[in-house]
Amino acid sequence: MSAVATPSGRTTKGTEPRSSRLVAALTRGPATALLAIVAIVWLVPTIGLLVSSFRTAADNAESGWWAALTAPTQLTLQPYKDLLGDPTIVSSFVNTVLITLPSSLLIVAVASLAAYAFAWMRFRGRDVLFLIVVGLLVVPLQVALIPVARLYDVLGLFGTIPGVVLFHVAFGLPFAIFLLRNFFVGIPHELLEAARMDGASEWTVFSRVVLPLGLPAIASLMIFQFLWVWNDLLVALVFAGGETQPLTVAIREQLRSFSANIDVIAPAAFLQMIVPLAVFFAFQRYFVQGLLAGSQR
Amino acid sequence: MSDGAQRRGRSWAVALFLAPALVLLGAIVVYPIFFSVGRSFFDATGSEFVGAENYQEMFTSPATLTAIKNNLIWVVFAPSIVTALGLVFAVLTERIAWSTAFKVAIFMPMAISFLSAGVTWRLIYEQDPDLGLANAAAGAVVSVVRPPGELPGARPSEEQSLSPTGDGGLTAPESLGIGETAAFGFVAIPPEAVPEDAVQAVEPAATDGGIAGTVWLDFAPGGEGEPGSIDPDERGLPGVEVEALAAGAVVGSATSGPDGTFAFDGLEAGDYELRLPASNFREPFGGISWLGPALVTPAIIVSYIWIWAGFAMVVIAAGLAAIPRETLEASRVDGGSEWHVFRKVTVPLLAPVLAVVFVTLVINVLKVFDLVLVIAPGSAQRDANVIALQLWKTAFGIRDFGLGSALAVFLLLLVLPAMAFNLKRFRAEDS
Repeated sequence: MSAVATPSGRTTKGTEPRSSRLVAALTRGPATALLAIVAIVWLVPTIGLLVSSFRTAADNAESGWWAALTAPTQLTLQPYKDLLGDPTIVSSFVNTVLITLPSSLLIVAVASLAAYAFAWMRFRGRDVLFLIVVGLLVVPLQVALIPVARLYDVLGLFGTIPGVVLFHVAFGLPFAIFLLRNFFVGIPHELLEAARMDGASEWTVFSRVVLPLGLPAIASLMIFQFLWVWNDLLVALVFAGGETQPLTVAIREQLRSFSANIDVIAPAAFLQMIVPLAVFFAFQRYFVQGLLAGSQR
Repeated sequence: MSDGAQRRGRSWAVALFLAPALVLLGAIVVYPIFFSVGRSFFDATGSEFVGAENYQEMFTSPATLTAIKNNLIWVVFAPSIVTALGLVFAVLTERIAWSTAFKVAIFMPMAISFLSAGVTWRLIYEQDPDLGLANAAAGAVVSVVRPPGELPGARPSEEQSLSPTGDGGLTAPESLGIGETAAFGFVAIPPEAVPEDAVQAVEPAATDGGIAGTVWLDFAPGGEGEPGSIDPDERGLPGVEVEALAAGAVVGSATSGPDGTFAFDGLEAGDYELRLPASNFREPFGGISWLGPALVTPAIIVSYIWIWAGFAMVVIAAGLAAIPRETLEASRVDGGSEWHVFRKVTVPLLAPVLAVVFVTLVINVLKVFDLVLVIAPGSAQRDANVIALQLWKTAFGIRDFGLGSALAVFLLLLVLPAMAFNLKRFRAEDS
């Protein structure tokens, strides 16, 4: 399949002949109705969480969130005020940022260098090495939890933010290198040759020619890694400590008594969702391109 | 610069460009694979070589067996349903004007963490139909198909006045002739459960051409009154259904009014049996236990489908857009129905894309962790267990690194076919 991000982007549809438009019109009614129902079913869970997060614990214990649709006075900002006054939540939110941003930047630096080497430098064993990277795409990160926990113990990285960041970068690398290399390969050969003819060093070719042209793929990668790390629970559960835990771990702590803590859990979960949703809506195109590049992690 | 120096410079450059990636991959991805394989042959603390014992335990202990069984259920159902839904959505969105909006709605959950999605679905699965949306919806359907009765939990005030029919209803032991009356007193009804329109119960008035009766709450506030007789302050029970039977067949039915009275008119002469059918005593819907042992895994799979259908749809839609319109057009012109075109042309052309989506989902499903941890309540976590969750609990809960490593290696073995698929596809594409 052509599911690899290329500089030219997606194929465009041809103009449809009249007969096809007729068929489309005939089948449009039922399809519209069905898809409208599907869309509502898909949106309702998120709306439910959003509405619940604006209700008090007492209201949430008394009735379902839909009760607030007929009694809008139930809606209150109090849960969010309480949440933002909770030092654990606030510091874990800061930790999430401190883990996510470096992870997203570092992976671009490391992966683009390697992708450049795989795409445009000639060296022995290149193809085999790249095949290994492709093979590593599917390695479950669970395999590394125990060994890396021991390794971090020795290195003093256990429970630290750099430890969590390095783990995320390493497990993001196969996909990142794969994505960027496939994009870099599509850059016209002549552009690089011209720069090399002028005596430019590999570094110059990389930083002045390939990186600027590779920005769309780099954007995809950054968004992907950002969402991946922001939303991670497992890696942080294992490698972050009490002081360095991100928001996901802090919320999970509350889950032991779900109903009793719903006034904390619902707004916290929504707070956790807002940033990825904003990123998603702002950069949808790059996100989809990243997905189409065959993410298999 | 000489040729040799240039080449040496180049290889230095290669090393510098690759070094950061290779060091990280080596230390955090590749080395752990080998370490885990070795570690899986040692005991919990790593002090003793135990051979294949960890693997033996993995396939015999109930906890890990449940996890493996559940992972199997996940792999069988989740990827296929998600791929099928994605295909249907991708094909149908081509027929609507608001396809972008639709895609955004379906795709949005992909941006949400498993944790927050899990919280969202745990709210939906609350057992109380007043709190959980799934049971509120189920309750709305149930209340139409099998409406709750007026007398759930009620008992006759006098044992001898009514006897069970065997299917949950009650019947009067003696049959009645025309002009006779019946009185059915009930207790064990909380006062607030009596309908608001209920008024003082009245004695049934015998009619000429029929049978009359009263259904009432045989209990007055304060406890005054005699069982079996209609006393002051005892209210009628409206809405109760009564059937009259002749020779085992229902010949009439009546519903009690606010004062508890009911009447059958226009009956032919003869003996009749009165019966209160089981529907009167049906309990109101108490909610399905979605997160109980039986349904917890399917319930979590539904939440997974909600998250991933958008991924399948977007990738398949991109594949669909790459199919030349003329190909589809030609088969339509040849007289193929939409279904025929879909089955014989669209799906075969999309097969490679569908395979990629399916394999991606299989890999993903094998590693499912957060959703189970978040949605399954503590009491159901053993029943909902999956390999990745069991691994985490084994390694970082009870700190058995031996069994934990064996589970990790098992997980790795399970994704190897997917790795082979990827490598094959990559080589085919890159050449």
